[in-house]
Amino acid sequence: MDLTHSPADEAFRAEARAWLRAHVPPDPLPSLETGEGFAAHRAWEAELAADRWSAVNWPAAYGGRDATLVRWLLFEEEYYAAGAPGRVNQNGVSLLAPTLFDHGTEEQRARVLPPMATGEVVWAQAWSEPEAGSDLASLKSRARRAAGGWLLSGQKTWSSRAAFADRAFGLFRTDPDAPKPHQGLTYLMFDLRAPGVTVRPIARLDGRPAFAELFLDEVFVPDEDVIGEPGQGWRIAMSTAGNERGLMLRSPGRFLASAGRLHRLWQAQGSPESTKDRVADALIGARAYQLFTFAAASRFLDGESLGPESSVNKVFWSEYDIALHETALDLLGTEGELADTEWAERYVFSLSGPIYAGTNEIQRDIIAERLLGLPKGRR
Amino acid sequence: MRFLLDPEQRAFGDSLNAMLAAADTPSVVRDWSRGEHARGRALWSRIAEAGVFALAVAEAYEGLGPRPVELAVAFVELGRHAVPGPLVETVAAAILLADLADPGPAERLLPALASGEAVATLAWKGPYALDGDVATTRLALTRPGLLLSPGHGPVRPSLDPARRLTPLEPGGELLGRDPATARALAYARLATAAQALGVGQALLDRTVAHVGRRTQFGVPIGSFQAVKHRLADARIGLEFARPLLFGAALTMAPADIAAAKVTACEAAYAAARTALQLHGAIGYTAEYDLSLWLTKARALRTAWGEPDVCRAEVLRAHALSGDRRW
Ligand SMILES: Cc1cc2nc3c(=O)[nH]c(=O)nc-3n(C[C@H](O)[C@H](O)[C@H](O)COP(=O)(O)OP(=O)(O)OC[C@H]3O[C@@H](n4cnc5c(N)ncnc54)[C@H](O)[C@@H]3O)c2cc1C
Repeated sequence: MDLTHSPADEAFRAEARAWLRAHVPPDPLPSLETGEGFAAHRAWEAELAADRWSAVNWPAAYGGRDATLVRWLLFEEEYYAAGAPGRVNQNGVSLLAPTLFDHGTEEQRARVLPPMATGEVVWAQAWSEPEAGSDLASLKSRARRAAGGWLLSGQKTWSSRAAFADRAFGLFRTDPDAPKPHQGLTYLMFDLRAPGVTVRPIARLDGRPAFAELFLDEVFVPDEDVIGEPGQGWRIAMSTAGNERGLMLRSPGRFLASAGRLHRLWQAQGSPESTKDRVADALIGARAYQLFTFAAASRFLDGESLGPESSVNKVFWSEYDIALHETALDLLGTEGELADTEWAERYVFSLSGPIYAGTNEIQRDIIAERLLGLPKGRR
Repeated sequence: MRFLLDPEQRAFGDSLNAMLAAADTPSVVRDWSRGEHARGRALWSRIAEAGVFALAVAEAYEGLGPRPVELAVAFVELGRHAVPGPLVETVAAAILLADLADPGPAERLLPALASGEAVATLAWKGPYALDGDVATTRLALTRPGLLLSPGHGPVRPSLDPARRLTPLEPGGELLGRDPATARALAYARLATAAQALGVGQALLDRTVAHVGRRTQFGVPIGSFQAVKHRLADARIGLEFARPLLFGAALTMAPADIAAAKVTACEAAYAAARTALQLHGAIGYTAEYDLSLWLTKARALRTAWGEPDVCRAEVLRAHALSGDRRW
């Protein structure tokens, strides 16, 4: 049992802090979910990447710093404490990159990862379909064999940032006759600007085009963009560095920073008694999440697999995030109704937490069945 | 940074768990609730032999401590088995006595607490002390200072029948003027948080077992999603209280301990509500053993710092530190 960090880890933290202090833009960038904001965030990724801060846990060969999980956590704490911008390449860095590390070829890593690190290529995740949400395995979009590759047809939806992104990764049915819905799927990468792709931005609650629908009509994908073996898509997608993803989907640093911001807002509003408990709970929740993550990281470094624990994690942070932002808007009163503030944008974003990355109902099923051992049954 | 119990700490918890499981604690609790303390005292001795109370006592007074992480490990197990008696109070008394300016009372009283020969209780800024009728060292924190009370008044029933509240007789030997109380409070809160976590864990485990066995509509009720989701929430609550508990044991900072206390007690209380609901009417009876944990979860929620008090402590610390304290 130890919560202190080694001098080398603390030195890493100090280096990150100093760099961020010198580089974080003094004013917040425009919203990531607008064309202008997207471009500004891309430029910020390039600035991070220039000093190898955009994917610190990657090997140096691809632009990272070989940082351990603990160092990644420390970096994230510093990152959010410094008020640095949201990450436009989140999908790529936290979902596609781990998949490529586990299942990709050396050629794919060398080709895909460096431009991901610089923000030159921003990735979207194309998993969901209109008829395949929680029941993802029922997806229908197809990939058909063609000379030297595959032809994609079908429709994907809710693809975050696809309105402005460059490429996407997703699951496609390559064997429609496979006996089970999880079989006969293939995981591949494609170009959002390829012939046959139509991207229709979808406005989220606040009107910003935070996600998009993709219509695919015989879109050609070369063989080199298939990840792993054809037909193995489900297994690959689900294992997406299964363990680490649970830890890395949302860093504790982000919630520590949010709770600190909320606390300062509360103080600035005269520390009203009526919201005292909720503000205290936000501070406590951020600490709980940080320590939970430290414990999970320790187990992970011991070689244990974490599996369904990431479901516990996911339900916690998504509900925590909403409670925190609801408290902020309540504190702001009438001002809280204004849509063009950072609090409002963060609030709107927080509302989607229990829906994406597997809804919280699905996560609770996983906790009940796989952690508590309750019988499968009526849904 | 390796925020995990080490193998010895885990083995210590496991061995306590095994010992308490073999001791038929529920029937010990029922005796205790009726004022029959013989089996409870025997169990107390075994807990002391395992070293639990010694963990709160410095080596100078024949203890092994203080060792907050190990204490937390032990109190989770004591809570899991609903062990009755002034367990937290004995720990708090040990710290309070050790912190007196005059080492005399500590030299005289602490070795017996560490060995389990003596049982302490403590009236902390209020009239009641837990189990004053069984305690041999009754302490009262009063205006002039810390008093060794000569006796106790009538037993008042608690919502948790195993927690027997007794006023202490006024007067007695003055052990120290203006005693330092902060550290004793910290240990008491930490131990209470750990105990609550164990109580919550037991409630969850017993309820998971129950919903797997009980059938309605031809299937186990545990296969219904409404049932599953309540239990998943109980698990999530407890799962996030645990790191706060051990984090607090490492730093022993009052705000960390307060955060652990409120979170563990709220999680245990929520688990109790879920446990009661999912057991149906059987859960609402005193004869079914679940009640031993249900009522304790309620009592621990206010013992040694109500939720409100703990949250205020967290806010105070953050206001002082300017938000980089966590
Ligand atoms: C902001 C945002 C960003 C997203 N980004 C992406 C992205 O980048 N790429 C991508 O592929 N997808 C993305 N998604 C889609 C997301 O993964 C899906 O919304 C999610 O999987 C749920 O599917 P659905 O919306 O079709 O809801 P449905 O599956 O129709 O579910 C509707 C409701 O029914 C409940 N429900 C369904 N089945 C069960 C069950 N068995 N038991 C209990 N309740 C059930 C759900 O929990 C939910 O509450 C995003 C979604 C949001 C909101």
